[in-house]
Order: sequence, then C-alpha cells, then structure tokens
Amino acid sequence: MVNQNKLAESVRTQQEVILKDWVAFQLAATSLRRDLMKESELRDQSREFLSLFAQALHGGSDIGDPSWKPVRDFLAQTARSRVAQGFTPSETAMFIFSLKQSLFDVIRTTVKDPKELVTDMWAATVLLDKLGLQIMELHQQNREEVIHRQQEELLELSTPVVQLFDNILALPLIGTLDSARTQIVMENLLQRIVETGAMIAIIDITGVPTVDTLVAQHLLKTVAAARLMGADCIISGIRPQIAQTIVHLGVDLSEVTTKATLADAFTIALQRTGASIMKSAVARPKE
Amino acid sequence: MVTLRDETFPIRSSDDIVKVRQITREWALMQAFSLVDQTKIVTAASELARNTLEHGRGGEVRVQALQAGARRGVRLTFVDQGPGIPDLDKALRDGFTTGNGMGLGLSGSRRLVNDFDIHSEVDKGTTVMIARWK
Repeated sequence: MVNQNKLAESVRTQQEVILKDWVAFQLAATSLRRDLMKESELRDQSREFLSLFAQALHGGSDIGDPSWKPVRDFLAQTARSRVAQGFTPSETAMFIFSLKQSLFDVIRTTVKDPKELVTDMWAATVLLDKLGLQIMELHQQNREEVIHRQQEELLELSTPVVQLFDNILALPLIGTLDSARTQIVMENLLQRIVETGAMIAIIDITGVPTVDTLVAQHLLKTVAAARLMGADCIISGIRPQIAQTIVHLGVDLSEVTTKATLADAFTIALQRTGASIMKSAVARPKE
Repeated sequence: MVTLRDETFPIRSSDDIVKVRQITREWALMQAFSLVDQTKIVTAASELARNTLEHGRGGEVRVQALQAGARRGVRLTFVDQGPGIPDLDKALRDGFTTGNGMGLGLSGSRRLVNDFDIHSEVDKGTTVMIARWK
C-alpha cells in the first residue's frame, strides 16, 4: 500500500515526463496506426488515461475496486473507438503495454533500494498487465457485439416476401437455410399470405447453394403450412445439378409444383389465378 | 494413389457444417470437378456433417484431395465418438430415422458418391468415409 501511494505520487508529479516518453514511444512503435488515428488524438487519449490512472492509484491496485471505475470506463470508451477505427486487438492492447517502459523509467529514478525497486516494478507490471488484458477483452467484446448485430441484420434482410401480382407472392431465398432462418422465412410468408390473401406463393431457391435433406424438409414444411392457410406454393430456381442431387438423395418433391426459373413459375401462377399478361399491340417507337 | 492435400476440421456447431460445405466445395473446385459433381459431394458432406453433429455429438472431418492416375477425387472421413449405430442395415434404409428428419441423409449420401464406407461400434462411435471421383 505504501508502494502504491509512492507510485501514485511519482506518476502524479512526473505526469508530463511520463506522458512525453509514452507518446514518443507509441509514435515510434510500429503498432501505431497513423492512418487510423491522429497524433493529437493519441496525445489527448494518453493524457486523459494518465491522469485517471494517477488518481485511481491512490485507491489501491485492485482494478475491480470502485475507485478504478473512471479508468475502466475510459478503457471501455477507448476500446469502442479503436474497434470503430479498425484497430486490431494487439494494437489496442499496445496502448496500455507501451506505458510500461516510461513508467519503469520513472520508478528507476525515484526508487534507489534494489529490493524495493524489484517489488515496485513487479507491482507496476502486474497492474499494467491487468489493464492491458482488460482493454483487450473490451476490444473483443465490442467486436462480438458488431458480429452479433450483423447476424441479426442479416436474418431480417435476407427474407423479404414480395408481391408480384394480384394474389401472387414471391419469396426469393438466398444463402443457407438453417433452422433459425427457416423459422423466420416461414413466419414472414404466412403473415404475408394472411395480409394479402394471396392464392399462390412462389418460393425461389436460385440463391440457395446446397439443397440437402434438411433444406428439402424445411421447404416441404413451409409448403404444407402455406397450404393450410389456403395458398398453393410453387418452388422455382431448381438448377440441373440441384435436380440430380435431389433425385439421388431420394427426396420426393412430386407433391409440389416445381419450375426451373422464377419466370416459368410466374407464368403458371398467372394461369392458375386466371390472369394474363399480354404484349401491347401498340407499335414500338420508330428507330 | 497420391494425396495432394490432407486436412482435418472440427464439427462442433451448426456453423461448422456451413464451413464443411464451403471447404468441400472449394476442394472439389480445386480438383476441377464439374458443377454436378461438386454439388453431389457438397450435399453428401452436408448430410454427414449434420449426422456427426446431431447423432455423434460432434466430431471431426478429414478432407483429402487425391489423385490416382488420371482420376482426381475428394475423400471425406467423418469421425465421431458418439453412441454408435446398433443396426447399420436399418440405418442405411431409406426413410429410417431416429430423429425427426426425413431418414434419407445416410442412404442418400451413399447414392451421391462413388466410394462409401461406414464403421460403427455401439458406445464407441462412428466413422463414415465417402469419396467422389471425376
């Protein structure tokens, strides 16, 4: 505790020296990304951290302690901004680890007794390691949040149900049909069938790279559910390689109307709903 | 027979199944498979990877790119230490399932590939080897 206070004192009194050294060190390090961050911004960030660090040191070396909260908040904020700026985890962690050099220099000049010097150095190392790991963890956490958000966005984005014509809906599927997405697809489709009173829904699988038994089963279930709601389904976008694979797998799709292209499926849907599209008799504009 | 490439990948989550599909497609492409051959081996890989995860409680897959004379192939070996399959003949029959699937995964993938080999021991685990040649 005595050492702690002494460290706090020397950090406070020699803040400017440490700051100068530290910033110089960071600027010289290859891990600093000048393309991502301005020098003035780095200087401000370093200054703020150092003053918070000096204050927190008075409260002991347990970084979980309430007295360290300002430092932890600052680290969280720094991690967030560095993730947004595109830093890697080690680049972010170097912000803390690079302080070691300048801090050790200060300890070396203030502490003369060798035994005491070792103890102080060790205490400072442990402390900075903890903070370094903390910022790394925060960095990681931020990255995971970004990934999680993107996943959710992707789930919602990838399953639009569009109306092609009176009574005709289309559901263009893209990507992998895993269970979570199939659930959303099914809900969206059934909801839209209720809303529009559509008679026919075209499920287009042109964008689904692999149709295995699970995908086939999901498709068949979706078709069955739509049928219970009073709508017929047509599956389109069956490419030759998919057709061969389905046959070899032994999946029976004979209950469902299938077509090679969305255009073919649309033509069938028009016929079934009694609608038709005709080419206009009006002459094309002269060239 | 020459092994051009040989790697092993874990199957621990449904994300890994997606990865197995991607890897299989990439390797099949590397072996200059036609689109139909690619699709067949990828679909079989998808089925067996899911079996490894759901029935075998996870495991791994060894992927090999092979060359035998003028023929090039991709071999996949799925290994798990799960409960094993008590009756292989039954498991290989169309429509037989212990879960709530269609019961076509194992029998279907057998028809999608050129070589198919399965070993299973109750309480020890299951190994399924498939290969497709162009």
